[in-house]
Formats: sequence, C-alpha cells, structure tokens
Amino acid sequence: MELLYASCVGVLVTCGVFLLLRARTFPVVLGLTMISYAVNLFLFSSGRLTINKAVVLGTGADYADPLPQALVLTAIVIGFAMTAFVVILSIRGRADLGNDHVDGTLTRSKRKERR
Amino acid sequence: MIQHLASLPVLLPMLTAIILLLPPCGKSLFARRLISSLMAILTFAITVLLLIQVKDNGIVVYAIGNWSAPFGIVLVADMLSTLLVTLAAFLGVGVVSYSCAGDDEQGSFFHPLVHFLILGVNGAFLTGDLFNVFVFFEVLLIASYALLMHGGGKPKTRASLHYVILNLVGSSVFLIGLGILYGVLGTLNIADMANKVPQLTGDDVYLAKAGGLLLLVVFALKSALLPLHLWLPNAYASATPVVAALFAIMTKVGVYTTLRVYTVIFGEQAGELQYMAQSWLWALAIATMVIGAIGVLAAQDLRKLTANLVLVSVGTLVALVALQNINATAALLYYLVHSTLVTAALFLLADLIAIQRGKAGDRLVGGRAVKQPFLLGACFIIAGLTVVGMPPLSGFVGKIWILKTTLNSEQALIFWPVYLIMSLALIVAISRAGTSLFWENKDKGAEAGDVANAHPLQIIALVGLLAGSILLVVFGDAATQYALETAAQLHDISGGINAVLKGGM
Repeated sequence: MELLYASCVGVLVTCGVFLLLRARTFPVVLGLTMISYAVNLFLFSSGRLTINKAVVLGTGADYADPLPQALVLTAIVIGFAMTAFVVILSIRGRADLGNDHVDGTLTRSKRKERR
Repeated sequence: MIQHLASLPVLLPMLTAIILLLPPCGKSLFARRLISSLMAILTFAITVLLLIQVKDNGIVVYAIGNWSAPFGIVLVADMLSTLLVTLAAFLGVGVVSYSCAGDDEQGSFFHPLVHFLILGVNGAFLTGDLFNVFVFFEVLLIASYALLMHGGGKPKTRASLHYVILNLVGSSVFLIGLGILYGVLGTLNIADMANKVPQLTGDDVYLAKAGGLLLLVVFALKSALLPLHLWLPNAYASATPVVAALFAIMTKVGVYTTLRVYTVIFGEQAGELQYMAQSWLWALAIATMVIGAIGVLAAQDLRKLTANLVLVSVGTLVALVALQNINATAALLYYLVHSTLVTAALFLLADLIAIQRGKAGDRLVGGRAVKQPFLLGACFIIAGLTVVGMPPLSGFVGKIWILKTTLNSEQALIFWPVYLIMSLALIVAISRAGTSLFWENKDKGAEAGDVANAHPLQIIALVGLLAGSILLVVFGDAATQYALETAAQLHDISGGINAVLKGGM
C-alpha cells in the first residue's frame, strides 16, 4: 500500500510541476490543482497509513491519528477557495491582457503563428 | 476581559471586516470610512494595551477554546509578537486614514479587505501553532490578492497573476513541509516542536531537516529572498500606492516566521539540527541586499525604487536572523520597525508626488513642479535620510547598531563592505530621485493650477508614519532597551517553551 500511495503522490506532483511550467494560464491552473491534490494525500499520510484502527481515543490500544484528517480538511477548503480565485483571475487576465499567456505577452514566434 | 486581551488583535479586525460587509455599510461610503477608521484606531489601542501588559507581566498564553497546548491551538503573546502586532495595527491606522481621502472609492470592498489583511497578519504573528501560521498566511494572502487588484488595470492583472500563482505553489510547499515535520515530530505546536527536535535519532533527523528546509523555501518566498524575489518589485510597484504601503508589513511576516522557526525550533538547542538554515540564510541575505541595491539604482520611478528598498531591508533583516545572537536580534527588531514605517511612508509619498506632477507621475524625469513643494519636499528629505541611514534619524541608529553587532562576527569581512557600498548606492539613488522629482522643473505655469492640494487625511497619515521613525530616535534609549529585552526573551528558548506548555490558562 505504501508503494502505491507514494507513487500516486509522486505522479501527481510530477504532472503538476510539468503543467505548472507551461506558458498558458489554463495548464498552470490545472497544475496547481494537481499539486494541491498531491499535497492533500501527502498530509493524510503523515499520520501513518494504517487499516482497521479505532477512530476515537480510548476505545483500543491503537487508534488512528485524527489530526492529519483535520489538517487535510483545512487544506482542502483553503485549496478550493484559492483555485476558485486563480480561475477567476485567469479569466480576468485573458480579458484584460488580450491573451492567456502568464506574462500577458506572446513571444514573437507565437504572434507570427497567429497571423 | 483582561485575560482575553491576547485574542482581541485577531478578533477585532475580523469583526470589523464582517460589519463592513453588512448592508448598512455596503451602501454608504461614509459609514464604511467611519467604522473602518474607528475600529482601526481601537485595534491599535488594544495592541498597545497588550504590549504594555506583556512587557510588565511576561508572556501571555491564550488557549483557544480552553484546549491547552500542545493539543489545542494557543495564541502566544510574547514581547516579539506583540511588538509586531502593534506595528501592523499602527500601519493599518495610517493606511485606512490615507485611503479615506479617496483611494477607497475605486472598489467597495477596500475597507473590509484591509481589515482581513490585518487579521491575517496579526494572527500569523500571535499564533503558537505552525499549521495555524499557514491558515493565517492564507487569510492574509487572499486579502492581499484582492487588494493588489484594487483599482484595476493591465499592469495590476499581470503582476497579480504572477503573485497569486507563486504564492499558491508556496502554500503547497508549506503544507508538504508541515506534513513531513508532523510525521516526524507528531506535533505542530512551535514550543512542543522545539522540545522534540533534539530528541530525534537516526533517519528522522534527515526527514526533519528536509521538512525544515522546505519551510525555508516558503518563508524565503514570502519575505522575497533572492531567488524568489522576482514577484516583489512588479507587484508592489503596480499596486495602488496605499495598498503597497500596507504590503510593507507582509514581507516582515516572512522575516518574523523565519526568525521564530530557525531560532526556537531549529536554533541553539536543536541537537543535530542546530542552526541548520543559518549558512543558507546568510548567503541568500547578502545576495538579496546586492540585488536590491542594483534594483534601487536601476529604478525608473519612485514606486519601483521603494519596492527595491523593501528588498534591501529584507536582505538586511535576514542577514541579522542568520547571526543568531541577542544583540543581532535586537538590532533586527529596531531596524524592522523603522524600515516598515519608512517604506510605507515612501509609497504614500510617491502617490502624492505622482498626483501633483500630473503626466510625469512618479517617474524620475523632469516634469511639472509639485504643487506643495515645501510639504512634500520636507517629507521626502526626512524619508530619504531615514531610509539611507543618515544621521540624525532612526535609519542611522539602526545602521550603526547593525554594523556594531556584526563587527565581531567572522562574517564582518563580507557584511561590512556589502552593507556600506549598498548604503552608498542608496544615497546616490535617493538624491538622484529627489533632484529629478523636485528640482528638474519644466514649468508650464497654467497647468499646475488644476491639481488639488493633498487631502489633510493623506498628510496626517504620511506625517504619522514618518513621525514613527522620528519617535524611534527621540525615545531611542527606551526603544533599544525594549528591543534588547525582546531579543533576550526570544533567545531564552526553554523559558518560552515552559511558558507555553505549562502556562496555558
């Protein structure tokens, strides 16, 4: 399970970083979302990966750590709000700057292509 | 009441912001301005009260929901955090009063956003829990994203796109760092982490090191240290100046967290991880100072120049964090208060100059003369002398103190030349800016009549911020004494840990 879980996080981060380095805002936003998914999974695993543990303290010798779950919940909520904001900002950028490049200007070759 | 004082710097701005969003304030600009300024002043008064109380009675630990540390989240009001909270609240008063002169008309959510930003800043300063620092970072960041867009326009959209994306990546890295540290240490309470770091053995040491250095990446991004500083000049120079003035405190949040984490958690008593970030911080800080000074020399307008001055101050502050002794930390605190106030004042001044010079704006070229040359010129001279560190103002005291603390360290050979040449560059840049802004006039007499004088509220805000740096000299003895006591309290790590873990009420 550890291997599967770790590679899942790893693949998500890899894809996220790749997309983040693109020049258009849409792939960048997708990359950010992927990275935040990976981060949520990662945070969840910081309480160790266990199965069949008691949820609440005191009902058994072993129990699942509740704190990472609280952390993940917070991270999900914040990540959601931030993604919503960055989507709106990208749309605003597309409208204000006239293109969807993150720098607001297309490189010369791209401009030629368009013509 | 008095035992809840520590929570008020966080609760009051939140309450204010929510009131400001409710219908009666939504309709009337006057009501918004009135409530916003009154509550900003009230927040400042509360923080001063807290400052005095903490100075007299020692650290106040406020357990939220009465869950004591390390299980619940605590607010820790020690001398360092209350000092910075007071500074933030003071800056808030200045910014709110300046904006009441007309900058807040460009968007109806200006006042609530300012208070949300102050809420985030105060929370990040006060909290004793590292995950809570993340949450408050996000609160202040989302307020800052919206404030950066205040007024609208192409340059703002471009700058905030970079700023938002970079900070979102930063937040993810922050969470990964926190996840690693929680996995290794089993706690995120700063005092408890400081307790557990020395007990690490084997592979856990390296994991904790990785986590700690990931946090360094985040803090470097927030405080705009060298490789991660590129967002700052554009964002600050394109923001509405009054917003940029408020942002002057945001890089200081990054510096504060760096100071806290690498002094308390990975500081003197961290066993194998002792001072693990210091060599990184030192090199990056020196490089930031150099880049900042080059940016100041190359700046084409006053706002960009000021934005680069922020970089210079961050470099200086982080270099002092890296030195890790009581004297350096005390000098850091003095310089931090001084540099925040003076850069904020310079942003406001740039706005006034730009308005009165018409088309030439705040670009460093000859143009129309300003309408109030005496007032703005005097403010510029005071701000300029302060920021380059010439006597008799607070910059000079801070500079001498910094040079004195670094004198005996082995790094003086690098620090002194860089710092002194940087100061020279600053003097050149500031005097050039002043010359072209005030003296290179191409008078076209009739045109000058159509601009209004600066609004009294704008002058009050500007003079108030500058008065802060004058007061830092007039009450220099008290200020340095306070800084020394604060630094001593911060470096008394076991005392701090005991206060938090056993003193929760």
